[in-house]
Amino acid sequence: MRMGRFSGVWRARMIAVTLIGAGLVVLATAANIGRGDFPISLTEVLAVLAGSGDAAQQFIVLELRLPRTLTGILVGAALGLAGAITQTIARNPLASPDILGVTEGATAAAVFVIVLGGSAGAVGGLVAGVGLPIAALVGGLGTAALVYGLAYRRGIEGYRLVLVGVGISAVALAITSWLLVIAEVNEAARAYVWFTGSLNARGWEHVVPVGISLAVLAPVALLLAFGLGALQFGDDTSRGLGLRLNRTRGALILVAVGLAAVATSSAGPILFVALVVPQICQRLVGGARPPLLASAVYGALLTVGADLIARTALGVELPVGIVTAILGAPYLLYLLGRRNRGVTA
Amino acid sequence: MTAGTVETTRGHPDVPPTRNAFGALRHRRLLVVVALFALLVLAALASLAVGAKPIPIDGVWDAIFSPTGTEDDIVVRSLRTPRTVLGIIVGLALGVAGALMQGHTRNPLAEPGLLGVNAGAAFLVVVGIYGLGVTSPLGYVWFAFAGAFGASVLVFALGSAGRGGPTPVTLALAGIAVTYLLSALTSALVLSDTQTLDAYRFWAVGALAGRDAAIAGQIAPFVVVGLLLAAVNAPGLNLLALGEDVARGLGQHVQLTRWTGLIAITLLAGAATAACGPISFLGLVVPHVARYFTGPDHRWLLPASGLAGGVVLLAADVIGRAVVRPGELQVGIVLALVGAPFFVALVRRTKLAQL
Repeated sequence: MRMGRFSGVWRARMIAVTLIGAGLVVLATAANIGRGDFPISLTEVLAVLAGSGDAAQQFIVLELRLPRTLTGILVGAALGLAGAITQTIARNPLASPDILGVTEGATAAAVFVIVLGGSAGAVGGLVAGVGLPIAALVGGLGTAALVYGLAYRRGIEGYRLVLVGVGISAVALAITSWLLVIAEVNEAARAYVWFTGSLNARGWEHVVPVGISLAVLAPVALLLAFGLGALQFGDDTSRGLGLRLNRTRGALILVAVGLAAVATSSAGPILFVALVVPQICQRLVGGARPPLLASAVYGALLTVGADLIARTALGVELPVGIVTAILGAPYLLYLLGRRNRGVTA
Repeated sequence: MTAGTVETTRGHPDVPPTRNAFGALRHRRLLVVVALFALLVLAALASLAVGAKPIPIDGVWDAIFSPTGTEDDIVVRSLRTPRTVLGIIVGLALGVAGALMQGHTRNPLAEPGLLGVNAGAAFLVVVGIYGLGVTSPLGYVWFAFAGAFGASVLVFALGSAGRGGPTPVTLALAGIAVTYLLSALTSALVLSDTQTLDAYRFWAVGALAGRDAAIAGQIAPFVVVGLLLAAVNAPGLNLLALGEDVARGLGQHVQLTRWTGLIAITLLAGAATAACGPISFLGLVVPHVARYFTGPDHRWLLPASGLAGGVVLLAADVIGRAVVRPGELQVGIVLALVGAPFFVALVRRTKLAQL
């Protein structure tokens, strides 16, 4: 009974934090669609969404800012969720989907296409437009499959999975730096923009794949998450509690990898979101592990908020990945300091 | 606990460690250290002999001990010797720094760059390129070192703000936050200027090539102090592995031990990054390999890890020179391409000694 009531209180805080986050996402979305070189008021935005408004406004809202903002929301949510899953499975606050090699593999594949595709001249434009997200997706999923396959030895053990992931990621990273060194400097610059993480010129073709993946994978993750609480106590205990460990863990890893790979293929690796948002949410909510739903909501918030700042705050337009880091890092540090003061030595 | 863990990993979980077992263990560890030292000498010889112009071993010998001013002598003495010496220093530094870092954080993913060393170095190097037009490895050294040191101080300050002092988790998270913040600033600078990107991408790959003899001299004092601090730190770190409370109960000054280790890591990793650019994969992997042979006792793990670091770095550099002759592949790339599959095989084959 007392345990039950305790967990009730705990949940109330989680729900409040999640709802506040969702409200902030709506605000950030409205601001991101309205603001820019060509400002559009909120009522005008709503009018365009309802089907009226003039042609210029329709073009700007429906073809430029709305898909870009939606890409940001979906990518951020996917990365936040993927990060929370990975950190819970690995029981390691340093773990993010990059540990499974997803982002490093995707980056290596994308940079490969940018550097070698660019040299082929006319093919470059086409490859960059259509092939880049697909190459990144294949690279990310392929690398994750390789890591999983190599780490599988009569089951998956967190420690081994993480170490194998580190090894394979290092290979992908080395390929990326090698490609950057042999590339022409302009192609290197394009590649650098991509792997900093950018929402520039993202359209509906980027929204759809992330949206579908999130719609399918997020409910699966939340359902499977009932098993995650027991996972915290270690393999033996959770087996004793009746958890079908390998199946649950395998399925969750697949979900995290899928989310991270699709997100990365759309917007490049906005690494910081997956790594830091779950940690921030865990400290906001309290509790033993990063909350999944809240991580998704705050991932979206961080990404869209960062895009708003990246587009409008400075004279030049920065890649969104730079701003997520500049925004998220001090906040993580602040939470860290606050918690430290509360802890007695 | 230390000996027991080792025996378990060797597949004798039921045999309690007797006096004889301890003796055999010490014998085996000594053997490992001696073997690693021999390998380091071999790797150094290979590093002097292999390159765009292969030089036979007797030629290397003559060049060192009775130089006559031939082309071979000049290549060995003025190009390959400084490079080899630098490789040994950097390998030692990263191997020891990695083992210390994993010991203090008790995290198998911890690497020397975790405290912001690489990101800080990269940031100030880019500032140097962007603001002052520096473009040579010798010019980068002090920028990189100042950046590495500054970032570490920032991480310590942030990670230990509060009454508890620095704990591994708060330090690691502070390190991540500072790393991403500095990387973002680095990216902003690099993306705003193509010439900066052009110089930076060659620094960021991590290489021993083109390093002046002076660089080894510049970083050597820092590495020596770092190694001494690491040696002092080893017994205390063993006690910390039992948990902070137990260590305190056994009379260990926990905060002092932590700070000694952290300063040693900063000196070693900072010096290595200043000289060669970020090669942190070495510091991540080598301690795992060394721990497989020595077990988790830091008095043995630290020297073994340092020697193994030197061996692996020199071997990777030699391979990089041999595979694409007359050009060469940067050591950072070779390390990952050759080292990682080896590491994965090791992880798959055995249960690594846990921290």
